[in-house]
This record gives sequence, structure tokens and C-alpha cells, in this order.
Amino acid sequence: MAALVTAPNLPDHDGFYAELLAAHKGLTEAESAAMNARLVLILANHVGDREALREALALARKAGG
Amino acid sequence: MPYDYQEFPYVTPPPLRGMTEGRKPAVIVGAGPIGLALAVDLALRGVPSVVLDDNNVVSVGSRAICWAKRSLEILDRLGVAERMVAKGVTWKIGRTRHRDEEVFRFDLLPEGGHKMPAFINLQQYYVEQYLVERCRDFPDLIDLRFRNRVTAVERFDDHAVATVETPEGSYRIEADWLLACDGAGSPIRRMMGLDFAGELFEERFLIADIVMKADFPSERWFWFEPTFHPGQSALLHKQPDDIYRIDLQLGWDADPEEEKKPEKVIPRIEKVVEGRPFTLDWVSVYTFQCRRLERFAHGRVVFVGDSAHVVSPFGARGGNGGLQDVDNIGWKLAAVLKGEAGAALIESYDAERRHGADENILNSTRATKFMTPAPGIERTFRDAVLALAAHAPFARGMVNSGRLSLPCAYPPSPFLGPDESALPAGTAPGRPCPDAPVGNGWLLARLGGGFTLLGLDCDPPEIEGAASLRLDAEGWLRRRYLGEAASAVYLIRPDQHIAARWLAPTAEDCAAALAVAKGL
Ligand SMILES: Cc1cc2nc3c(=O)[nH]c(=O)nc-3n(C[C@H](O)[C@H](O)[C@H](O)COP(=O)(O)OP(=O)(O)OC[C@H]3O[C@@H](n4cnc5c(N)ncnc54)[C@H](O)[C@@H]3O)c2cc1C
Repeated sequence: MAALVTAPNLPDHDGFYAELLAAHKGLTEAESAAMNARLVLILANHVGDREALREALALARKAGG
Repeated sequence: MPYDYQEFPYVTPPPLRGMTEGRKPAVIVGAGPIGLALAVDLALRGVPSVVLDDNNVVSVGSRAICWAKRSLEILDRLGVAERMVAKGVTWKIGRTRHRDEEVFRFDLLPEGGHKMPAFINLQQYYVEQYLVERCRDFPDLIDLRFRNRVTAVERFDDHAVATVETPEGSYRIEADWLLACDGAGSPIRRMMGLDFAGELFEERFLIADIVMKADFPSERWFWFEPTFHPGQSALLHKQPDDIYRIDLQLGWDADPEEEKKPEKVIPRIEKVVEGRPFTLDWVSVYTFQCRRLERFAHGRVVFVGDSAHVVSPFGARGGNGGLQDVDNIGWKLAAVLKGEAGAALIESYDAERRHGADENILNSTRATKFMTPAPGIERTFRDAVLALAAHAPFARGMVNSGRLSLPCAYPPSPFLGPDESALPAGTAPGRPCPDAPVGNGWLLARLGGGFTLLGLDCDPPEIEGAASLRLDAEGWLRRRYLGEAASAVYLIRPDQHIAARWLAPTAEDCAAALAVAKGL
């Protein structure tokens, strides 16, 4: 792990978490999955660093057990 | 105006007329676009060939329609591209729509300074017809044998033997090299028991050519989930003779026999063309696959074109990829047959064109997955891209309705180099020469059929085995080949790919690079 920031980096993380849940409010499971997919693509483009994204994919997969 | 299929005559082959035939330098199995182009390429190098085909007409039903710039450049070298461009529909703009909104638009030839257009659309039967007619220009070098079916192949260290069946009986033919250009279903591949590994896409497409008078522009139109064909993809292409190609995604559960029936097809098409009158010319239902042989060269049997690799058609990489195979093997085979190069050169065909096939398979697979995502997460992400495309520029580029065939740049190998990094990236060793205007003509036309040492604003060294050519570097030529450099020398292979380049080489440098390029 080199390119990906895994140390705390997000100001007011509790606030973000609440916003994330709020953004999904009222969506069905399928709509939420679609929303998450769009969100992943938007954030990936914002990150713009293929190595960081590769590490993020690996971490996400690993953390799922 | 549907095509008028002319039957090519069957002529009794010499062995069935009681004549004994010696071993042939090159026997080509298959008179599709690839086998025919290879025969012409070899003839231009003075190498005689026999072309065996089980059939006696050009491709029935229009299969390939899109021919890319690099293919046209190759076919120009072979002498048929000007005819193709004159007959074909030239286009470079592609529009992709989601539902009924345009989400992505591409221009395939944003730069000037090329003789050939980005793409033309021309039915495969015309291309084959023009190539057969071109073959007839070499009566002493090309022996076309229609209704000659290869039924067995025996392989030896220094030759191969084919058993050939004709309406009048069978005979055997010996070849120094047997070129298997026998198509996607390659009987020779099966006879040799070779694995054709890859992926089948669980999807069916209706492909129809219709005759219709319409004023549609010469563009490629692709739709995701159009209202006229809900939930599926559709593609529209213009061809000469008032013929349009329409591809409609049907889903895996569609019954191919049922879907081909006019009473099923016509209502589907009526919706695409919004009630304009049309007639059906040809209809077929396809599933698509991406596969390739593990190796293309098997001793004296070499696979070229669809017999070696197949891709799904979105991206037009099948025939276009095969023509790059021809370009690559033609000069190498001629050089080996003339004793000017070692058989190692055929290995470089194998390596370079496997790389080319992998690139085509990668691009076709990605496009096919985007167009026909599996249910579940593939579908979710695909729909996410389409939904975002209307709102965010970054997502538009991710909309993939086929990344259209681009010429392959060969990777660094023992057959290429040296490079000079001060020169532009677009002309590094392994790349095909970009064309550029030169005087009243074009660079590619000046390169001749052999190796060329091209001096730009300098005299290239004189060496044996390569023609020296000096050109004044102006305009596109300067921009593409010199960049900021004052002068340079390029060693260019007979297939117009760059072998090596320097700022100021000695004759010894050039001779050494030539030997490397010839596999000596
Ligand atoms: C619907 C569709 C659309 C396509 N669109 C495009 C496109 O737009 N652009 C593009 O570049 N490509 C396209 N392709 C792919 C293109 O058609 C093929 O890549 C091309 O035909 C390959 O040429 P080939 O000469 O290798 O094989 P083929 O054209 O299949 O020719 C093989 C020949 O070998 C002969 N043969 C077979 N067995 C024997 C035997 N035992 N003895 C003697 N002869 C034999 C056959 O009769 C045939 O004439 C498309 C394909 C399809 C199906």
C-alpha cells in the first residue's frame, strides 16, 4: 500500500457518514446499488490515480473476508 | 440494388489433367479477403502461389463492411484501395445515443495529412471481387483454384502436403509453406487438433442489410436502449448501393431460426427506419466469440486471418486485423523463400501478430461486455456509466460501443531497434508509418516494396538490401517524423512498420539494424 491513503483523511467523518446514508434515503436496494455504482465511478474519476484505485479495489475485496 | 454474384469458373487442376506438379513455394487455403490479399502481396514480391477455395463465389451476404485506414493503406500497396474508396462510403463520425439522447460522439480522423480516410464502409463481397480481379493481373504468379477443398494436411520438417477434393476427383499438392486462410471455422485447425481458446458471449444479434432510399448522413449510429428497441442495443451503418446495415441485440433466449423470418424482422426494422420503405437484402443471427490459437505458426503451416483469431464485430477488428497479418507475413515469407532471411523471421510473425490479436480481443471483449453486460453487477455498472454520461463529461468516454480498429504497434522485440527517444512517439520502432503528403503524392507510396532507409533533411547511408530515400521534411512529414529534431534516419520494413531510427547513424548502424529486422 503506497498510493492509497488509509490513514484518517476525512474531516468530520461522522458528518459524511450521515450524508451518505441520507443520500440513499428512500431508495430500494436496487436503486441504492445503482447509486453506489455511479458514486464509485464519480469518485474513481476524481481520484484519477490508477495505482491508488487498484489498492482500493484490493482493500475493499479483502475487507469483505 | 443487391449484388450480382458471379460464379468463378472451376478449371481442372494440372494433376487431374495428368500433369505432375512440383512442390509449390506457397499454397494458400481459402480465398476470403485474407487469402486473396496474401496471394497479391506475395505476387508483388515475385513469389508464386496456389490459392485453393472450396467455394466459387465471393462472400455471400455482406459480412465485413468497415475497413480502417491502415487496412486501406495496406490494400493501396496491393493495388485495390483506390477502387474501394471510390465505391465505398467514407465516414469518420460516430454518434452514440442512450435512450434517444446523444451521449458520446467521436471523430476518427481529427488530423489531416493522410491519403486514406479513417474508415470506409464497403461490403465484403466487393472487396473480395476486387481482390480476385487484382489476382488476375498476375496470371503467371497466382493460380486461383475454385471448388478445390482441402480435406487433409500432412506436415513434414521442410514442407506440408494437402489433399484436395474437386468435382472431378482428388489430388495432392506439396508446399514449402501452407498458409491456412480458411476462416473462423478453419478445417485445417481442426485437422491439426489445435485448441481455439477464448470466450463465447451469451448474446444474439440480428444483422440485416436492407435496401432503402434515405438521406441519412455517412455516420455510425449506435443506440443503447433506444425507444424503438427497448432495453437492447442497435447499430446503423450506411453502405454503397443504398444499402444499410442494421444490428439489433436480441438477447440470449431469442430463437435464431424464428428471428430470421421476414415476418419477425420487418416490423423490427420498420421501427428503426421510422416507416421509410425498404426491402430486405440479407439477414442473419449471430452469436459472437473472441478466440485465438495459442500459436499461429506451426512449422510449415501458418495460420493467417480468422483461422488464427476471431473477435466480435463491434470495433471492426476481424478483417482489419487479418489484413495486418497479411502485411506482416507477406514480406517475411518472401524473404525466407528467397533465402534472404532465416526461418526465425516466421517466429516474429507469430509473436507480433499474436500481440495484435490480443489487442483486438481485449478491445472487442471490453466493448462486447459493455454492450451486452451480464445481469447483475456488470449491468449495474454499465447502466451507471450511461446514466452519468448525460451529466458528466468523464463518463462519456467510458461509453463503449466498440473502439474501432487502430493499427497495431509492435512491442519491443529482438527484431526491432534501436530507437532514438528525441524523435516523436508516434513513429517509434514497431509502429506503422503514419502517412504524410510528399510533393504531389504521399509518403507511403514512396516507400516501395522492400526495406527503406529514409533520410529526412539528410542523406541516408547507402547499404545493401535497403533502398535509400531522402526527403525534405515539411509540414506533416516534419511534424510526424522529426518533431524538434533537425534531421533523422528511419529504417522502414516492407510492411511499412518502423524498424529503427537514429539522428545520425553510420552505414554500419543501419546494416546492423537491417540484419536484426530480417532475423539474421
Ligand atoms: C456480421 C459480421 C460483420 C463483420 N464486420 C466486419 C467489419 O466491419 N470489419 C472487419 O474488418 N471485419 C468484419 N467481420 C469479420 C470479417 O468478415 C472476417 O474477419 C473476414 O471474413 C476474415 O477473412 P478470412 O479470409 O480470414 O476468412 P473467410 O472470409 O471466412 O474466408 C475463408 C475462406 O476459406 C474457404 N475455405 C474454408 N475451408 C476450406 C477448405 N477446407 N478448403 C478450401 N477452402 C476453404 C472458405 O470458403 C472461404 O472462402 C465481420 C464478420 C461478421 C460475421
